[in-house]
Amino acid sequence: MILFSWLLDPANWTGPYGALTLIWQHILYTLAAMAAAAVIAVPIGLYVGHTRRGELLIAGAANILRALPSLGLIVLLVILLGPVFTSDLAFLVPSLIVLVLLAVPPIMTGTYSGIANANRAAVDAARGMGFTPLQVLFRVELPCALPLIFSGMRGATLQVISTATIAAYVSLGGLGRLIIDGRAQNDYSQMAAGAILVGLLALCVDLAIELMAYLTVSRGLTRRETSRFPNIRRRSDPSSSPTVQRDVSP
Amino acid sequence: MNVDWLMREWDMILDLFLRHLWLSVAPVAIGLGLALPIGWAVQRSGRWKGPILNLVGLLFTIPSLALFVLLPWFLGTQILDPLNVIVALTIYVLALLVRTVADGLDAVPRETLQAANAMGFRPLRRLLTIELPLAIPVIAGGLRVALVSNISIVSVAALVGTRQLGSLFTQGLQLQFLTPIIIGIVLSLLLAATLDALVLVLSRRMTPWERRNA
Repeated sequence: MILFSWLLDPANWTGPYGALTLIWQHILYTLAAMAAAAVIAVPIGLYVGHTRRGELLIAGAANILRALPSLGLIVLLVILLGPVFTSDLAFLVPSLIVLVLLAVPPIMTGTYSGIANANRAAVDAARGMGFTPLQVLFRVELPCALPLIFSGMRGATLQVISTATIAAYVSLGGLGRLIIDGRAQNDYSQMAAGAILVGLLALCVDLAIELMAYLTVSRGLTRRETSRFPNIRRRSDPSSSPTVQRDVSP
Repeated sequence: MNVDWLMREWDMILDLFLRHLWLSVAPVAIGLGLALPIGWAVQRSGRWKGPILNLVGLLFTIPSLALFVLLPWFLGTQILDPLNVIVALTIYVLALLVRTVADGLDAVPRETLQAANAMGFRPLRRLLTIELPLAIPVIAGGLRVALVSNISIVSVAALVGTRQLGSLFTQGLQLQFLTPIIIGIVLSLLLAATLDALVLVLSRRMTPWERRNA
């Protein structure tokens, strides 16, 4: 089987260019980009969602970034910034900038719409009980927004994993190396190995985030049956559970 | 920007642009054609709806470059065959639109359906003349996202060798030359904005009753 022959050779798994190293590199790029993007996007989303200022700006920025071809952006930045840096930084910095840039809009939109769609009654009740605006934000709106924040994070992570693969074209490490090098050497089994591994990585990360959301989101929001009141049927009202358009372009 | 290069290579750029247009629009048309019946069936499937939609959503997780590499094996095509790109993008469009169609049909008010029933509409006629038209705004929203992201994903296919605007990026990097890269980005943004506006206008035209609320 040409699909698995590269993967089944133990010699391909270890060493400085082995599959294990490449998987680890891919995870590191993803974590770094996601952390940086969350630090930028979550506060902006919280601010805009709470104050309702700059909603149009957020929507516009998200739209433009969705349409930007990521490959073009990476290549552009490598040529512009490449001469500024020496050694590996010449492609590492441009690639990471693009990864962060792509991860910001989904997280920002998710946070913003989660906060903006937080149950009005709960927010009013918290105000009535004398919560300060910050308390309302962090104790009521933020927990209500978690499902949408997580769904934004999922979209962003997929985007980052996918684009990090593409960045192998400008010499970034990670699993994209197998695809780009395999193409250059006309070695289909190596390309297939890269494709399979990066697909599996994306799937695992996606499921991990879903699990994290399942464990952290309040039961009052997910409407999972609690064992104490198994007979209570909650009125199902689809309009009250907001959904965001999941961001695509993997 | 090197204008001489632009003038000299104009024919090639136009050719790449048309290929890009074809590769990004055809999958949306095919995907929509498939998503309408599938989304309808899923919306009717009762308790299976959630699990099916989650499964379809998993198709999204496959990175585009991986899909371009793996599809030739499944389809028995050459790696340069544009068919790989069309099938890959159709999969993404399906993953997005099946959910959108199901959501759109779900959002049709129950009173409207009851009124249609009371007026003697049969299921098929009710679906085609009442439910689908009312779902147009939601479906058009999904369609716009699918179109715009397709235009951006198509350029990735340049890495396996399929020619379209993305080829300008690989060419630019090899020559260390900014003009083709900038032209590629501008044309692909222009294409996205135009098609996005087109779908928006069409969906407004098809739903004149929405205008009162606007």
